[in-house]
Amino acid sequence: MNDFTYHAPTSLDEALAALRGGGDGAKLIAGGHSLLPVMKLNLASPTDLVSLAGVPGLGDIADGGDSVTVGAMCRHAQVAGSAVVQARIPALAAMADGIGDAQVRNAGTIGGSVAHNDPAADYPAACVALGATIVTDRREIHSDDFFQGMFATALADDEVVTAVRFPVPARAAYAKFANPASKYAVAGVMVADGPAGVRVAVTGASGDGVFRVAEMEAALGASFSGEAVAGVAVSSDGMLSDTAAGADYRAHLVTVMAKRAVEACG
Amino acid sequence: MSANGSGIGASVKRKEDTRFLTGRGRYTDDINLPGQLYGYILRSPVAHADIGGIDTSAAAAAPGVHAIFTGSDMEGVGGIPTGWLIHSKDGEPMVEPGHPALALGKVRYVGDCVAIVVAETREQAKEAANLIDVDYQELPAVASIEAAEAEGAAQVFDEAPGNVCYDWEVGDRAATDAAFDEATHVVSIDVVNNRLIPNAIEPRAAIANYDPATGDYTLYTTSQNPHLIRLLLGAFVLGLPEHKLRIVAPDVGGGFGSKIPHYAEEAILTWTAGQLGRPVKWTCERIDAFKSDTHGRDHISTARLALDADGKFLGLHVSTKANLGAYLSTFATCVPTYLYGILFAGPYTTPAVYCEVKSFFTNTVPVDALRGAGRPEATYLLERLVEKAAVELGMDRVEIRRKNFIREFPYQTPVALQYDQGDYDATLDLALKASDWAGFEARRAESAARGKCRGIGISTFIEACGIAPSAVVGSLGARAGLYESGSVRVHPTGSVSVFTGTHSHGQGHETTFAQIVSDMLGVDFEAVDVVHGDSAKIPFGMGTYGSRSLAVGGTAIYLAVEKVIEKGKKIAAHLLEASVEDIEFENGSFTVAGTDRSKSLGEVALTAYVPHNYPEGLEPGLEETAFYDPLNFTFPAGTHVAEVEVDPETGEVEVVAVTGADDVGRIINPMIVDGQLHGGLAHGIGQALLEECLYQDDGQLQTGSYLDYTMPRAADLPSFNINHNTTLCTHNPLGVKGVGEVGSIGVPPAVINAVIDALRPLGVNDMAMPATSQKVWQAIQQAQG
Amino acid sequence: MPTVTMTVNGMERSGNVEGRTLLVEFLREHLGLTGTHVGCDTSQCGACVVHVNGTSVKSCTSLAAQADGAEVTTIEGLANGSDLHPMQEAFREHHGLQCGFCTPGMVMSAVDLANQNSDPSEHEVREWLEGNLCRCTGYHNIVKAVQAGAKAMGGGS
Repeated sequence: MNDFTYHAPTSLDEALAALRGGGDGAKLIAGGHSLLPVMKLNLASPTDLVSLAGVPGLGDIADGGDSVTVGAMCRHAQVAGSAVVQARIPALAAMADGIGDAQVRNAGTIGGSVAHNDPAADYPAACVALGATIVTDRREIHSDDFFQGMFATALADDEVVTAVRFPVPARAAYAKFANPASKYAVAGVMVADGPAGVRVAVTGASGDGVFRVAEMEAALGASFSGEAVAGVAVSSDGMLSDTAAGADYRAHLVTVMAKRAVEACG
Repeated sequence: MSANGSGIGASVKRKEDTRFLTGRGRYTDDINLPGQLYGYILRSPVAHADIGGIDTSAAAAAPGVHAIFTGSDMEGVGGIPTGWLIHSKDGEPMVEPGHPALALGKVRYVGDCVAIVVAETREQAKEAANLIDVDYQELPAVASIEAAEAEGAAQVFDEAPGNVCYDWEVGDRAATDAAFDEATHVVSIDVVNNRLIPNAIEPRAAIANYDPATGDYTLYTTSQNPHLIRLLLGAFVLGLPEHKLRIVAPDVGGGFGSKIPHYAEEAILTWTAGQLGRPVKWTCERIDAFKSDTHGRDHISTARLALDADGKFLGLHVSTKANLGAYLSTFATCVPTYLYGILFAGPYTTPAVYCEVKSFFTNTVPVDALRGAGRPEATYLLERLVEKAAVELGMDRVEIRRKNFIREFPYQTPVALQYDQGDYDATLDLALKASDWAGFEARRAESAARGKCRGIGISTFIEACGIAPSAVVGSLGARAGLYESGSVRVHPTGSVSVFTGTHSHGQGHETTFAQIVSDMLGVDFEAVDVVHGDSAKIPFGMGTYGSRSLAVGGTAIYLAVEKVIEKGKKIAAHLLEASVEDIEFENGSFTVAGTDRSKSLGEVALTAYVPHNYPEGLEPGLEETAFYDPLNFTFPAGTHVAEVEVDPETGEVEVVAVTGADDVGRIINPMIVDGQLHGGLAHGIGQALLEECLYQDDGQLQTGSYLDYTMPRAADLPSFNINHNTTLCTHNPLGVKGVGEVGSIGVPPAVINAVIDALRPLGVNDMAMPATSQKVWQAIQQAQG
Repeated sequence: MPTVTMTVNGMERSGNVEGRTLLVEFLREHLGLTGTHVGCDTSQCGACVVHVNGTSVKSCTSLAAQADGAEVTTIEGLANGSDLHPMQEAFREHHGLQCGFCTPGMVMSAVDLANQNSDPSEHEVREWLEGNLCRCTGYHNIVKAVQAGAKAMGGGS
């Protein structure tokens, strides 16, 4: 890992200043569980790391009635264990409880996860299915516009995610088939029946990152049942393929996980 | 021998644990020497290339760099040797190409050592290594057995045409052919034994030091066998006399065979320390461990079983191709031969057995022993084939095994081994009962009601441990003896130090050996300490592998204790003014038979070291050494039963129950023995369901990290149901056999037989290891058309 | 080089580190606390698990700078003098370790679980240990040890 300058700002303004001061080589670090592994393999070599750990106000979970707002620095374990999230969007709490392993959940954050947009991360599927809004230091971005393909988002270079706001759905569930080695999602499907209608969002399967399955959403709109999606095949075109799961198998798993998520909605 | 709270047969808590549980273990990477520098090994990123040139100038100028050495610098140094010479069918010796520690002119696998950079810090060494410019002129690579034997394949070595190292055989081919001629049924099978990466959780590491004032070299290294390293490194590579080379293998974090071989890095580090006159430390990163720790298994086999009308086995014919990798690692050549072909009688009376093995060089990491080493490969093939025979003949799969069991001992197999003792019916019966084999169909129905396919599988097996005797293995090509040493030093006040040539890297020798000595000498368990792992402290010994430590090393200690007792009797007889023949030793006391006149071991020991009133002509001191060369292998045996549940939608296989019924000989510490079984079972289930080393055709490693290579995790495994039925080994005094590899040998075929049993109703009749979700799903798709 | 200061096993410790210095490097190489091990470079094996501010984290995937000002507990800080912590004692009693290399991380991870759940089921223990690899034990006795240790802790460390 190449060396860098570590910044520990104590306000959002200081963080933004440090980010801008570091130019192209500057990156934010939240929990570090997406960034540090790639830095250790020299796949990323920032010159400056700006920590959000000391910035106040980013670690709260707020119940907004028809929505739940999760601060960017909330750890996965915090979301999983939150009474508010468990009561209002239990599917989100359960999803967070299944991210990585216990130590990843103790360090990794929602803000870091959505900003990194790993194609095998779980949060993007939750955000898109639930129709979440990503809140930054300067604007709000709907998740439909936020995730822009593998490791790509709508964020500007000097923009900081401060929170994610999830509308409360009538029902939702997440089903994941994990890579047996890495435990990242091979096919993770969040199904939500919420204010924006029924949404089916898939992570882990596509090289373009999270995507929705319109045909399944239509089928569920007509009949919200496992059988309704069990017969909907997803094309393997554009699916990721690796030693654990080829494109055909991944496409098949999307359907199976979608069915199981719907059934778990109760 | 008397069983007591800490004696033989007691589940004594381990002496080792306090230091490991409190963070005070001392593993190689925990050791730092004054003035030490850090070495980084630059490895080949390509599988096969001529090295056009190496430009180290930019790296040499980088901050903190002290030295850079490449193959040409070490050209005068001997190559890395191999420990076993195999002869082919035609009597010709195997092809044995040189293995330079640092690549010379050519690289032959991704991970091959190209240069060492020595710098003030780890990071500086690594950063400088990235500045070395190597001109790799790439050559076509052969990354598999199929590629290696293909017409016109690239040659890993010019001197090995067709990439063949040897073409070996064992057994009577004519007799086996004759058995097939008279057979009613012939059952055939093709199997692949998947290549595995050992993955001890402690990565390899080494620190070498050279003292110019004395000429002494010291190497701390993560090894299972320090004296073997000293022999190979000293005598064959660097040309150093033994008294100038000390090898220390301190606490070692797991080995599983991967820390047996003498590795190039050990030679490079030691030589470099000599050049620089300063300690040099190297710790392998996991990403480099994947491409430099020796791999295991990697066979392709085809086999035929001849049976009579009643299902009695008449003959077995096995043809195997084995991948040895790019160079011959220390025990690479004997694993697919003398640890494999001679296992094919299994527990069965098959009168004619023939096995031929052709081994190939490929542009992959060298292959060597891995937990079981040859015996899992043989057992897997045999138990898959026996299972298939039962299915094809419409026989009960338990009865076909029982019908063919060996029941008279000693039993001479047609493939060299002579089994001394066993009771295969007993372990089979025990396993059937403990696994509730009879109640399986009800459980299958219950699973089916939940949409799951349940299956049960069995394997009945023998293994051969404690490979010996030296004269026999020597005649078969071994370049070392396979005895073991043990020294027992009774101190003046009666506490005891035990020195063993075996090495513990998780097996608990410090506890088990102390139990034996404490029990035999009648001294407190706490008063016995076991010393291992340091060539400067222990007598020459062969180390730990092949489940040999207790059967061979424990016996050496036993014999040394007997010598101590014999000498003690002479001292006691003198003190008690009695005849030596009248002295009995029990519970730590020397007693004149039929009287209450006695001397304690402590009194005798003190007299031995303060010999004022002492037998004439007897040496002072109470310390004895024994070297034990066994008369035969030991033969643990058992039955493993696996029960699995398959999710037909995803192909996921869950192991829901594993039952072992094992005969490992006399058990010294049941807690430790069961722990060894658990670990072996996990390793075997890993091979059956999860683990597979994959190479691309160009020799790039596809499964080069824990992100791609599936290690068994806690949630992948059930709790294990372990049962024992003991028969004693007849040719060592403790009656012990061996246990470290049992699980990884016995359970893989049981798991795969269970998976096939689960899937047979769906039309699936074959399954390769590892039975990953994807593979199972694909098999179901294919069967369903 | 920036200075970091943290409370390690109850004692305030400072050191000059590079930005890239990992917490595990600070512990092992600056403080000589070699009980915390490094078994991989992809955050999978868990040999490096320590507690930071009371929860278990992988110290190979944390910067020393991120732990500036934190309370850090390593395996060396778990026992009370010569009395083993109940979780350490349970590992000894149930033979939950063999080579000992994964053990420090395994124990620290287990203590974190036990702090939240004083009576975890076998299933809960196995799921919790996803981030801790062991090659020796087959996990069988680790699971038993964690369950017994959690009970012995009675819901707190």
